[in-house]
Amino acid sequence: MEEAFVFITLTANATVRVATPLILCAMAGLFSERSGIIDISLEGKMLGGAFIAASVSYSTDSAWLGLMAAILFSMMLAMLHGFACITHNGNQVVSGVALNMLMSGLTVVMGIAWFSRGGQTPGVSPDGRFLPINLPFAEALSDVPIIGTLYSGFLSGHNALVYLAFLAVPATWWVVYRTRFGLRLRAVGENPHAVDTAGISVAWLRYRGLLICGGLTGVAGTYLSIAQNASFVREMSAGQGYIALAAMIFGKWRPVPAMLACLMFGLLDAVAIRLQGVVVPGIGEVPVQLIQALPYVLTVVLLAGFIGKSVAPKAIGVPYVKER
Amino acid sequence: MKHFLKTASAAAVLLASFSASAADIKPSVVFDMGGKFDKSFNEGVYNGLEKFKSETGIKYREFEVTNEAQREQAIRRMAKRGSDIVLGIGFAQNDALAKVAGEYPNAKFAIIDGWATGPNIQAIGFKEHEGSFLVGMVAALKSKTGVVGFVGGMDIPLIRRFACGYVQGAKHANSGVKVIQNMTGTTPSAWNDPSRGGELTKGQFAQGADVVFAAAGGTGVGVYQAAKDAGKFAIGVDSNQNHLHPGTMLTSMIKRVDVAAYNTFMDVKKGTWEAKSRYLGLAEDGVGWAIDKHNRALISADMESKVEAARMAIIAGKIKVHDYMNGNKCNM
Repeated sequence: MEEAFVFITLTANATVRVATPLILCAMAGLFSERSGIIDISLEGKMLGGAFIAASVSYSTDSAWLGLMAAILFSMMLAMLHGFACITHNGNQVVSGVALNMLMSGLTVVMGIAWFSRGGQTPGVSPDGRFLPINLPFAEALSDVPIIGTLYSGFLSGHNALVYLAFLAVPATWWVVYRTRFGLRLRAVGENPHAVDTAGISVAWLRYRGLLICGGLTGVAGTYLSIAQNASFVREMSAGQGYIALAAMIFGKWRPVPAMLACLMFGLLDAVAIRLQGVVVPGIGEVPVQLIQALPYVLTVVLLAGFIGKSVAPKAIGVPYVKER
Repeated sequence: MKHFLKTASAAAVLLASFSASAADIKPSVVFDMGGKFDKSFNEGVYNGLEKFKSETGIKYREFEVTNEAQREQAIRRMAKRGSDIVLGIGFAQNDALAKVAGEYPNAKFAIIDGWATGPNIQAIGFKEHEGSFLVGMVAALKSKTGVVGFVGGMDIPLIRRFACGYVQGAKHANSGVKVIQNMTGTTPSAWNDPSRGGELTKGQFAQGADVVFAAAGGTGVGVYQAAKDAGKFAIGVDSNQNHLHPGTMLTSMIKRVDVAAYNTFMDVKKGTWEAKSRYLGLAEDGVGWAIDKHNRALISADMESKVEAARMAIIAGKIKVHDYMNGNKCNM
């Protein structure tokens, strides 16, 4: 019983660690796509943010400066995306792919130029990282059965960005559904003409959506390079931006379902890691390849049968052109 | 890209014109992805060649491959420019090098970590299983829990060979030891996924492991960091990585690619180069384990003497380390 409980806590912790960048990226994508801009460049923005966070926190020994720099840099990338898609009515998918490729190459080039380490950054000192925080009374409560273990073993002991990611979900919900800005953001993604008729600038609304999107991907990148790891390694985002995008679509462009989808991906990944090389009673040792394919197989099955219709914002992917 | 290649080859011509006056050999090298400053495999080669350059005064042409399609182009270009020896780095260049070697029968070709054969090809391999055996012993001797871990990069026979040697060494030192093995993935992205490497390592620690050996390229960075954060031990690979986290890095399984690269050029210069495969193990000092000022305090005299005794026994043939690639299975 005790052992099973420990196993569950450990898996839950791993799930949260893996899901954090996904949740941040999914919320980022939500702001962009709800405003009508397709954003497949989550991956590239996260990678760029990860690189800048590691570089800045390495040189300044300050995790918070690294975070700030990453947010600014990813916002800048988002503005580039906006400049192509909003101001110049460019194709949003093409611009997104371009950003991904640009960052995949540019991070390595800048890494070699600055640090001469084949695209890696040097290891960041503990001061330059987001280290696990122990919530108050975690030590004292750890002996209390169930509740104490839950509190000290699961709720406590994550880094600041993990808590930030989970706060970002209710915050996103509140902004999108309970503020005037959110109402307009949703409107501009459904019917930009109506918004324009009401005398509100479509372009400015979409730019603001992208700014928030950029900021959140910057946080996700920071998490990758200086919270979960201690340096930047090329291509370290490893496709997580795309998985976050899928999770957001899974969640039908809504904050809470998107978060649940991210947690599901995180859980599958955590279980896959734990199950490697473990002998399952009655089956024997499960091949590594099968376990690694499991998240993707489940994605297909769930998408095909259980999620139901996922309807995108109506005006998504269509550049807004004023009728003259 | 075309323009870049033009510039690169123009630079190579310039370089060649400098060294031609010495009437010496014209060597060239094609580094693989990761680049010559990767703090690991490619950088080892680079250091060996720089030593060759400073000792002989002979310059060499070089190219750093940045995508998969460039490998064959780069090797062919080096051969076309009249290099006496073209040195390819890494198993991924094996097929490209073999193909180009067929087209230029008069040039010499060598490949580190490859297995190509031909009248003008020298393949240089390493007995990674022997080196891994030693670090497996170190891990088992250091472990307090009796559980040690292994994190591989991409699931390929080469990495299985590391794992197999490691298991044998650990069991040799302590027959009751449990070894947890994980592979990061089955695609090349598994070489650059430190987050997943860290997660795998945390998973192994949760199952009781307290020493982990990573043979996973850039993914290893995440493994070592996870070990450092958890206050456990990690073992580095390829180059001496002890300096990365002193106090955490127990030792490193080193492959002397620098010596191999240096010797290849030197043999060509001396005219003793032969087109046959070479496998460098403990006896040839091709692999080994690293002790330096960064990990001195972690290795007790007892551990050192036991591991050194095993090293001698392997060299003398008294201990046979099974090679995974010999039958593609690990007899443990």
